[in-house]
Amino acid sequence: MTIACEPAPPPRPQRPPLWQILFGDAGSAALTIVTLAMLVGLAPALNWAVFDAIWQADTPARCREGGACWAFVAAKLRFIMFGVYPPDEQWRPLVVTGMILVMVLVSLPPRFWGRRLVAAWLVATAAMLALMWGGFAGLRPVTTANWGGLPVTLLLALLSLGLGFPFAVLLALGRRSRAPVSRLLSILTIEVVRGLPLVGLLFVASIMLPLLLPAGWTIDKLGRTLAALTLFAAVYLAEVIRGGLQGVPRGQVEAAQALGIPAWKMIWHIVLPQAIQKVIPPLTNTAIVMVKNTSLVMIVGVFDMLSAGRSAASDPNWPSPYAETYVLVGTVYFAICFGISLYARWLEKRVQEKEYR
Amino acid sequence: MLSSLWDNQRLRSWAGQILLLALFGATIWWLADNTLTNLAVRSIRVGFDFLWRQANFPISESIVAYDPSDTFFRAYLAGIGNTLLISAVVIVLATLLGLVVGLGRRSRHPLVAGFAGAFVTLMRNVPLIVQLLFWYALLTTALPPPRQAWQPLPGAFLSLRGLYLPGVEVDGHGWLFCLGAVAGAVLWWRGAARVERRFDLTAPRVAALLAAAYAGWLVLLWLGCGIGLRPSLPRLAGFNFEGGLRLSPEFTALTIGLVIYTSAFIGEIIRGGVDAVARGQWEAGRAVGLSDRQTLFHIVIPQALRIIIPPLTTQYLSTVKNSTLAVAVGFPELGLVVGTVINQTGQAIENVLALLLVFLTISTSVSLLMNWYNARVALVSR
Repeated sequence: MTIACEPAPPPRPQRPPLWQILFGDAGSAALTIVTLAMLVGLAPALNWAVFDAIWQADTPARCREGGACWAFVAAKLRFIMFGVYPPDEQWRPLVVTGMILVMVLVSLPPRFWGRRLVAAWLVATAAMLALMWGGFAGLRPVTTANWGGLPVTLLLALLSLGLGFPFAVLLALGRRSRAPVSRLLSILTIEVVRGLPLVGLLFVASIMLPLLLPAGWTIDKLGRTLAALTLFAAVYLAEVIRGGLQGVPRGQVEAAQALGIPAWKMIWHIVLPQAIQKVIPPLTNTAIVMVKNTSLVMIVGVFDMLSAGRSAASDPNWPSPYAETYVLVGTVYFAICFGISLYARWLEKRVQEKEYR
Repeated sequence: MLSSLWDNQRLRSWAGQILLLALFGATIWWLADNTLTNLAVRSIRVGFDFLWRQANFPISESIVAYDPSDTFFRAYLAGIGNTLLISAVVIVLATLLGLVVGLGRRSRHPLVAGFAGAFVTLMRNVPLIVQLLFWYALLTTALPPPRQAWQPLPGAFLSLRGLYLPGVEVDGHGWLFCLGAVAGAVLWWRGAARVERRFDLTAPRVAALLAAAYAGWLVLLWLGCGIGLRPSLPRLAGFNFEGGLRLSPEFTALTIGLVIYTSAFIGEIIRGGVDAVARGQWEAGRAVGLSDRQTLFHIVIPQALRIIIPPLTTQYLSTVKNSTLAVAVGFPELGLVVGTVINQTGQAIENVLALLLVFLTISTSVSLLMNWYNARVALVSR
């Protein structure tokens, strides 16, 4: 059978001319005017940020008049990005940030996904932590109390997601299991943690963890924060993975049982791969949430990018340039999170186009 | 014999469960034992009797009357009151703004859609705490001192000391009046439904009668509670304003930040719900001659509500939880109060437990309330 001719393309929807969209009737004219008025209302902000801004200042005092003091941001950029890490060693956090960027870029195309990529991440993370800590090959040891800025933000997000993931899988499987103890314990964990604000959890970790562990065990502040973030990530990831598990057709399990495949092999080789593949787009959403959540560690005194910015802005020599600092920090977060969400959109489109295997 | 036991699936599964339970119990026991040892070493007393001791620390603002000479329990109440206040204000305002944003994104008007889209993208991708700190920085550094206060609207003053609005001072038992008015409204609402079912034809007249009865009840309450209203306008006295309704910079920053952040999320939820209603519904509405607006309000929104409510509940709950970020700007909600109490008493465990308990209670009650509402909507629109 052959097709005689290609079907004609559908007619293009007619768009009315622009002035008619903007001022066609009373309603749209009013909307246009309101929106334009709001844009005009934002003009002072633009003035502050661009036209009146001080871009260069030889002395901090020059920033006292005028708009935004970007000169301050330029002067303190290194401190905001790397915190109190010893200045002559700051190439190390820079390299770590670069490594994270490279690893993320490598992990983007779905055809690289697999066990080898997971192994590469494990090796890379170990290398990053080793580089930050130092104490080998002539590198000066730097304790976590001196880590700061962007690498701390990125490492906290990465480690909490990475460490939380295995727990999330266990919790999701437990919640779906028919065995009463695993199910109840999973539900209890998930619901209690989800009912709590992350700030509360961070308090618990920073105050209670030293009490809960035996006398000799000490975990530093960064480790305690990481524990709270990991628990939080695990619980939210578990709910996403549960959605994926629900999406695996029952026939897959029954087929495996009919073939006499043992339960754990069935879960490891048949159920989990399909479930996780299904939830990768929503998992990126959780990644955005966790990147944003790392900013909360400021509250328990971890020196991430936001707290570095805040303490930089409290320098009495400068005329309290807090707003500028937060604009900078917000921009960095925006770049990361918006990047992830663009990637998620692209990924989702791909899933719709073809089921990738 | 042993291998047959091993192959018995039910036995194996039960053994696994018992082992898991034992492991869980052992972990709990281990943690409790460590804690008790640590507490003994640091000679920290355990117990909730600190709640009745004098707190001795100030709370800058509170809707529950509080004084440093009150008990820690009272301080807790003040914190809970502030948490509930900020959550309620933010939820109401953010829902209204979110509705505007969500419908704006669906608008065919390119400027409106673009503006709403940019707003949502920006707000959703910047952490809330950065936004809160930004607004707080603006309110505490960029504003003029009280003498040169901005006057965005007649009677409203914006300065470094906060936002002053015209207010009303209420004499008498204001709380009792509100309680009575709400109770009356509930009775009216239930009563109207019952009466309408019985006398179908006279319903409008009966409704008018009920409305009159409610108005009468309000007047009675007004007189009974001895309510008197005095308008109170802010005016400059010395270096600050006097009178009027004062919203502190902390409260204002927290409200602005939370409302803007939350409205972006609510806007997306509403847009998703409206988009999810099948296009055929719009076309059918147009086919029977309804206007776009009528179709939206009578056909699409009732169906969209069913889709919107579950995620909206989650969003409301995270708003309550997000209010703990007030710690960053220094608004004394529960989280900040608990932090101070821990510093004062050194009794971390009890306070952290109390914090968790309050939040779990709030979370559970909001979900129950929204589940009830969800059930109603689901039934009505079927």
